[in-house]
Amino acid sequence: MRRTLVVVGHGMVGHKVVEVAVARGLTAGWDVVVHAEEGVHAYDRVALSSWFAGASLGLAPVSHPAVELRLADPVVTVDTTARTVTSASGLVTPYDALVLATGSVPFVPPVPGATGEGRFVYRTVEDLEAIKLYAGTSRSGVVIGGGLLGLEAAQALQTLGLDTTVVEFAPRLMPVQVDAGGGEALRRLVEGLGVQVLLGASTQEITSGEDGLRLTFADGTTLDTDLVVFSAGIRPADALARAAGIEVGERGGIVVDAACATSAPDVYAVGECASALGRTWGLVAPGYAMAEVVVDRLLGGSGTFDGADLSTKLKCLGIDVASFGDAFAATPGALELVWADPVQGVYKKLVVSDDAKLLLGGILVGDASAYASLRPLVGSGLTMNPADLIAPAGGAVQLELPDDAQVCTCNAVTKAEICAAAEHTPEVGYVKECTKAGTSCGSCLNLVKSLVAKERAAQGLVVSNALCEHFTLSRKEMFEVIRVKGITTWSELLSSYGVGLGCDVCKPTAASILASLGNGYILDGEQGALQDTNDHMLANLQKDGSYSVVPRLPGGEVTPDQLLAIASVAKDFGLYTKITGGQRIDLFGARVEQLPLIWQRLVAAGLESGHAYGKSLRTVKSCVGSTWCRYGVQDSTSLAVALELRYRGLRAPHKIKLAVSGCARECAEARSKDVGVIATDNGWNLYVGGNGGFTPRHADLLLTDLTTEELVRYTDRFLMLYVFTGERLQRTAPWVEATGLDHIRDVIVEDSLGLCAELDAAVARHVQTYSDEWADTLADPSRLERFVHFVNAPEIPDPSIRRVVERGQHRPLLPLEVVRS
Amino acid sequence: MSWYPVCPFTRLPVERAVCVLVGGEQVALVRTRGDQVYAVDNLDPVSGAMVMSRGIVGSRGDVDVLISPMHKQAYELATGRCLDLPELWLGTHDVRVVDGDVEVALREDERLLA
Repeated sequence: MRRTLVVVGHGMVGHKVVEVAVARGLTAGWDVVVHAEEGVHAYDRVALSSWFAGASLGLAPVSHPAVELRLADPVVTVDTTARTVTSASGLVTPYDALVLATGSVPFVPPVPGATGEGRFVYRTVEDLEAIKLYAGTSRSGVVIGGGLLGLEAAQALQTLGLDTTVVEFAPRLMPVQVDAGGGEALRRLVEGLGVQVLLGASTQEITSGEDGLRLTFADGTTLDTDLVVFSAGIRPADALARAAGIEVGERGGIVVDAACATSAPDVYAVGECASALGRTWGLVAPGYAMAEVVVDRLLGGSGTFDGADLSTKLKCLGIDVASFGDAFAATPGALELVWADPVQGVYKKLVVSDDAKLLLGGILVGDASAYASLRPLVGSGLTMNPADLIAPAGGAVQLELPDDAQVCTCNAVTKAEICAAAEHTPEVGYVKECTKAGTSCGSCLNLVKSLVAKERAAQGLVVSNALCEHFTLSRKEMFEVIRVKGITTWSELLSSYGVGLGCDVCKPTAASILASLGNGYILDGEQGALQDTNDHMLANLQKDGSYSVVPRLPGGEVTPDQLLAIASVAKDFGLYTKITGGQRIDLFGARVEQLPLIWQRLVAAGLESGHAYGKSLRTVKSCVGSTWCRYGVQDSTSLAVALELRYRGLRAPHKIKLAVSGCARECAEARSKDVGVIATDNGWNLYVGGNGGFTPRHADLLLTDLTTEELVRYTDRFLMLYVFTGERLQRTAPWVEATGLDHIRDVIVEDSLGLCAELDAAVARHVQTYSDEWADTLADPSRLERFVHFVNAPEIPDPSIRRVVERGQHRPLLPLEVVRS
Repeated sequence: MSWYPVCPFTRLPVERAVCVLVGGEQVALVRTRGDQVYAVDNLDPVSGAMVMSRGIVGSRGDVDVLISPMHKQAYELATGRCLDLPELWLGTHDVRVVDGDVEVALREDERLLA
């Protein structure tokens, strides 16, 4: 037996329900009855103002034998018990499902004189016809409401030849879509078109006189006009539902769930009359989405309405206006980049995350041509300077962080404070000392350095990329010197190219380069003294002077026996144990003299150093891949293990993280890694330059559909090129940006620099000479000497390291800890 | 002033520090590239951890420095003055090498208040 779907309302969304019902074949088992209030077929209400200019607004009618359209016969009652609707003409129609698409009604402010001759609303073609008729004998018109619809109405009045004024209660036009700056640009543009604008004006009363109407505002001023159009917002048309006992929201609107179902069985509501997710949706796109959901549900589907993007781009009075994403910078820490040209009448604002790497939203007034390219970028990483997105093409406009932007969040230092210090003495050291910026976690140091560099440039000082006061070389240049000259010792390097005795910057850098070039055990001879404490102890220094130990678990694989060995070490040495983000196990709280004892047990269980302490390969994270996973298309785990064993111990300008995902679902989060590999049906896609941390960045696709052999070859060359040319503490993400993805591809695929043979040889040497640093240390008693706290009392552990128990594990107790300030 | 013998000079690695226990105090001994020996507190004034002996030894300008491994502040070895955070000081002790052995004399405490 055929069932009946009754649709109440024939606006854009009600019409959409019918369209989708036919398109998806619902009409095979259902008859669709549509009751329309207006006497015309559904039309494009969004384009209403163009009706005056003679445009045809009608939407493509649905012609189907199962669809019956009853125009000019609105439903007046709904009986949810009897499951019938009754129309104005007295037709009673039983329904199996009912969709309320009654739309909204214009809001008319309850001021004295709001109704009567010469007062109109702006909602239907009928309204427009009435305005047009009245305008024939009028010279001037006022639109109350300077929002989107109000400007549309103003355009309509202008088209009708009226002297037009827009009266807005808020201090700017389109207050929902644009900010103060955008509103100001919009006002100038609107006024430039001959429309007067009154802002911050609260209409108190409308009176009729001999010469037409008089508006009186709260401040006592008045405005005379022939006709008034109210366009002060809309209210959901929920009266029918209210009368039927269907639940409505506090602020109006028929309450619906994610299926768009109301409180009454088999009754749905869609579009502007519905309150979904606690609010009404005054745009057509969410309404369309709801229409799809309802039809899907009637077909037995499980579609849901999960909210909608409220981005808007429109042209009113011929002026481009767009507003998208977090247009008002509501996100904590969000920064605003503004480009304004009052002469041309253009205002552009981008809202970006506090590190300027993520586009959050924006406002475009006067020129919204960038909307199409910007809108999709919302929420994703910016690979270019966001300023370039809105500055005029070829313009040398420099957009900057606002002065009050917090650069160092640890110590609450603003850009203005850093610039003031840099102006006094443009040295990074001075600025750090003076402002404390970058002295805590250090993640903002690059930004501090660039601000100082800018100040140096402004003062005509040389912008140096020298490592430190001891070397005028950058890390990249130091690498070249060591490689080309075959330097193998610090003394040789310092005497040939340096001054002074070195420091915490140049020494570990030199040590890292020597290690990259295959200088053997990193702690023998002079090289040991160069190492920062982590490399020096082959473990990670913690805040209380103890260390953490991370064994390598290639690809995140671990056998039960290895787990038992790790567990027994943790238990015997009282180590706090935590799973890391890189799919391994971190053991915290080891004292220096315990380190060799711990390694001994781990090495005996077949484990080795995970190099958590080095600027070197950390982990190759992976999903379980096609071996186990129903969706996997390649064996990601085996590849991850192979890559991790290949690059383990490789010293680089900064740490390196890899990941391999076995299918496009990307469970290994490969695109947040320095090198990300994602399986395809035909092989592997290679992504490079991803990063989490302070400046998150999605990795760029370098090469596609590689065989495993090709993948390894290009990963080899990519990593070694980075080792050769990266700057100190420069992750691959900024390195890729600075070097250029195309250039990297040219160098490592096309061999444009003739460097590939050398890169390949360097990787081959690394793979051949790799040796576990823990086992190497244990094998030589002289190397164990350093692992004591008191050299004159090796049997006494550091008494300052104390522990308390928290959640069943140890944590440090630091009585002497002082607040850094 | 009492001198404590602590260890043979050869136990001090070049351009690195070690920690010794002197009369219950933790002291970092630094041997510079020029074989100058300094004795300073092992207590890192910033972090409160006993780690100064694990810092990097080097120079800033003309002065020998020891750099905290925790947050990288540099301390002038001769005076204990922190070059990055001027309100901080590292306590210094007297040190000498006698017949190949290193001896330390703990400072008088008022120097802490300098």
